[in-house]
Amino acid sequence: MSTEIEAQGMAPGVNVHTRGTRGSYLIGLSYAVVLTLASFWASSTDVIYSPGVPILLGVLAIAQMGVHLVFFLHISSAPDQTNNILALAFGIFVVGLLVFGSMIIMAHLNHNMMPMNKLMQMQR
Amino acid sequence: MSAAEQALASGDAVPLSLRGPAPTRVVAGYGFWLFLLSDIVIFAALFAAYAVLSGESAGGPTAADLFDKRHVLIETACLLASSVTCGFGSLAVQSGDRNSTYFWMAITFILGVTFLSLEVSEFSHMLSIGAGPSRSAFLSAFFTLVGTHGLHVTIGLCWLIVMLLQVATLGFQPMVSRRFFCFGLFWHALDIVWIGVFTIVYLGAHL
Amino acid sequence: MFGRLNWAAIPFDQPVVMIASGTVGFVIFCVLALVTIKGWWPYLWREWITSVDHKRIGVMYLLLALLMLVRGFSDAMLMRSQLALAAGHAQGYLPPEHYDQIFSAHGTIMIFFVAMPFVVGLMNFVLPLQLGVRDVAFPVLNSVSFWLTAAGVLLVNASLVVGEFARTGWLAYPPLSEVAYSPGVGVDYYLWSLQISGLGTLLSGINLLTTILKLRAPGMGYRQMPIFCWTALASNLLIVASFPILTATFAMLLLDRYCDFHFFTNDLGGNPMMYINLIWSWGHPEVYILILPAFGVFSEVVATFSGKPLFGRRSMVMATMAICVLSFLVWLHHFFTMGAGADVNGFFGIMTMIIAVPTGVKIFNWLFTLYGGRIRFTVPVYWAIGFMVTFVIGGMTGVLMAIPPADFVLHNSLFLIAHFHNVAIGGVVFGVMAGISYWFPKAFGFTLHERLGKAVFWCWFIGFYLAFMPLYVLGLMGATRRMQHYSNLHWQPLMLVALAGALLILLGIALTGVQLAVSIRQRERNRDVTGDPWNGRTLEWSTPSPPPAWNFSHLPQVDRPDAFWAMKQQRGGAQNRNVKRTYETIHVPRNNPTGFYLAFFAVLLGFSLIWRIWWGTGLGLLGAIVVCLMQAWRTDTEVEVPAEKVAAFERLHGPKESTV
Repeated sequence: MSTEIEAQGMAPGVNVHTRGTRGSYLIGLSYAVVLTLASFWASSTDVIYSPGVPILLGVLAIAQMGVHLVFFLHISSAPDQTNNILALAFGIFVVGLLVFGSMIIMAHLNHNMMPMNKLMQMQR
Repeated sequence: MSAAEQALASGDAVPLSLRGPAPTRVVAGYGFWLFLLSDIVIFAALFAAYAVLSGESAGGPTAADLFDKRHVLIETACLLASSVTCGFGSLAVQSGDRNSTYFWMAITFILGVTFLSLEVSEFSHMLSIGAGPSRSAFLSAFFTLVGTHGLHVTIGLCWLIVMLLQVATLGFQPMVSRRFFCFGLFWHALDIVWIGVFTIVYLGAHL
Repeated sequence: MFGRLNWAAIPFDQPVVMIASGTVGFVIFCVLALVTIKGWWPYLWREWITSVDHKRIGVMYLLLALLMLVRGFSDAMLMRSQLALAAGHAQGYLPPEHYDQIFSAHGTIMIFFVAMPFVVGLMNFVLPLQLGVRDVAFPVLNSVSFWLTAAGVLLVNASLVVGEFARTGWLAYPPLSEVAYSPGVGVDYYLWSLQISGLGTLLSGINLLTTILKLRAPGMGYRQMPIFCWTALASNLLIVASFPILTATFAMLLLDRYCDFHFFTNDLGGNPMMYINLIWSWGHPEVYILILPAFGVFSEVVATFSGKPLFGRRSMVMATMAICVLSFLVWLHHFFTMGAGADVNGFFGIMTMIIAVPTGVKIFNWLFTLYGGRIRFTVPVYWAIGFMVTFVIGGMTGVLMAIPPADFVLHNSLFLIAHFHNVAIGGVVFGVMAGISYWFPKAFGFTLHERLGKAVFWCWFIGFYLAFMPLYVLGLMGATRRMQHYSNLHWQPLMLVALAGALLILLGIALTGVQLAVSIRQRERNRDVTGDPWNGRTLEWSTPSPPPAWNFSHLPQVDRPDAFWAMKQQRGGAQNRNVKRTYETIHVPRNNPTGFYLAFFAVLLGFSLIWRIWWGTGLGLLGAIVVCLMQAWRTDTEVEVPAEKVAAFERLHGPKESTV
């Protein structure tokens, strides 16, 4: 394939700087395997201070998502990838907002309001 | 480094955004990238529902009662391995190597089917012990989230068959290569969703 | 065999419905008969139904929206006349269960099938022309998007005749919309028609976003991009990021209804509040999806007719993108009263007030653009100024309701109804009307009748104030929304004023029809031969009206915003703008019936699912898959336009050198 950079940047996954080779896929796989095993280990071990486990799992998951993005989807910070990165950033922003926003709102709601089944019983 | 890259690095080239319409390959890839992001947002809504409803087992089985970590580890292994074989397959498509494409994509297909059958066996086991999606809000959210991922894998496998038929009938036309490329993005994106699934649903269940 | 469908589904006992649907059916029959007798089917099939030209698709979107505006507005007339009558002992003429369907259908149709197709249609038509390119990124997908929207429209309107529509309000809140409380097919009609058209909207969003980010004329970077393209960029970003939430939320409700899941039920741990939370995290961005392109239209109109570049272009772009991001941070203000507590309410109240700031920045930008300009008071300018006055009032009442304690008083009152009609009519409708009269000559090659256009404006403008200012007062007096009858006779005079306003708007809509008819009759008198009837500033005016299928015979070279204005300045007048005289072969996308076929099977699928006709469901799904596979093996996707044909077109319609 030609390495010429075309107008308006590149499609995601067509990265002239870190174009996939069999080697890079295997490196990505080894990172992913290590991180996966670490997650499974962390969730069942007693070695780690238990309130810290969810945070560790979150960090490991985010790290593995990063590995997949870089080694399998070939996302990088190169100039021809700017649009891909910006779209990704907006996506992450919305995903985070939706998940954490919903959790916070619903937690506050559950804290302040009577549970639905109790409310239904009162109406009888 | 190619001439274009050098020009880009030295900074005196015309900026990328001023060079006029992008070629079809870039346009198609970017459009599909946006589609994937929107798909991820669907999963985000399902994750949000699961996060909010995962405690609402309504007296039925809870997450800790149901999930078997070893099973999930095997499922994860299938998907990770299929990511790499799919990557090798994409490299074969790029170099126009038909036999190699068939070989790696067939392995990808088999790994995907293995994953799906593991998931189906898990679901049917849960249904058989009365832990179906109608039992509680938690189980509704679980079946929808994990089932939607499974549905995506199923769609991916159907797509893969279509793509292999396209290679067989049309050869490596630019159109076919573009679609294969989008398939690769799709398959890898499903793995990213799966990382969220096994971390939050399966590992989170035992905390 | 036919699931739940039987003859009882057709409401023979309701004369209002039967007469209305009989009339509509008769009109449709007459139109189809006329088309058949005149032999127009081949023309329609070739030039419109299978067309993948973004201009044709944009026009079809606008026609669809105009048609649905009539449908949605007739619902509004029914509601206003019911409320003008049903005071005290009088019960009006609409029973509650029918009235509930009417307000649900009104809201659903006006947002999803009027405002959305209006806005998407305008963006479809204008974007490639303003960006100086030949088509959108995925022309066939564009046709699919349109036809899926049309499929949703068909399903929603089928509910009028076969079965019933939802009685749940336009967002179908559970637990009311769950099977336990809405066992009929009304909510299923609502859900499936919106799922199908929502898919169309999402695909269109992806398509237009890719077009803006990847297909622009040479030299058009983000700094040179017209403002309408910027607002469309923000709007489509919001579509791509928020419509999936709607799809997922509706899918969960569908699972609840069809498969006995328990996401939003009262029992077994379900949580109806989660639906409200999720639907509004789509719903608030949706508000800005609609209004941002309208802001873009006003920016173009104000700059063009003031004869000045837009004041504060950078701040306008920044305000647009700030709104794009902030619109995802305010959704809770739609349910302050749900009980999330002071901390959460406080945060979202403050964010709501903050989002008003960039909107204010925009208002000042338009005012300063007008200031000192040589304003030509054309129809689009009327709409723009009417918008500025009206929208500021709507914005102020919005900020008022952003204060949670005030919202506890005003929530679900007619004050709220007045507020969002204030921004939806004053913002979106005025914007679309301005856009239609501004770009109509580009689409059809002649301008619209000016005086009738102004009459339409005055009908809408005065009618709006008459119809909705009383609703503010009524809301403060305690009148609630979705109210079929009231006992307080003091409300009736204000309700009558509101009815008068609605009648005036009705006159405005009728005059739009007259304006179209008169303009078409007088088209030779108002012919736009230059391609630039308004002395425009952006690239769409540099090509003939109507533009050829390939838009530009040469892709324009851009070096600044208001690119066409700069070309006119440099080359001494509009005539001599095209220096190159050699033409190359151009490839345009070939007509494609995929979208039409897909919509056919989508309607079959949706209708079968609604009535639980499982063989029809299978058939619809299978048909859709076969159509997709046929598309996948289609290889002759382009038509060649030979250079001689391009040259001949330019000789006929292009700028004349000799006329200088």
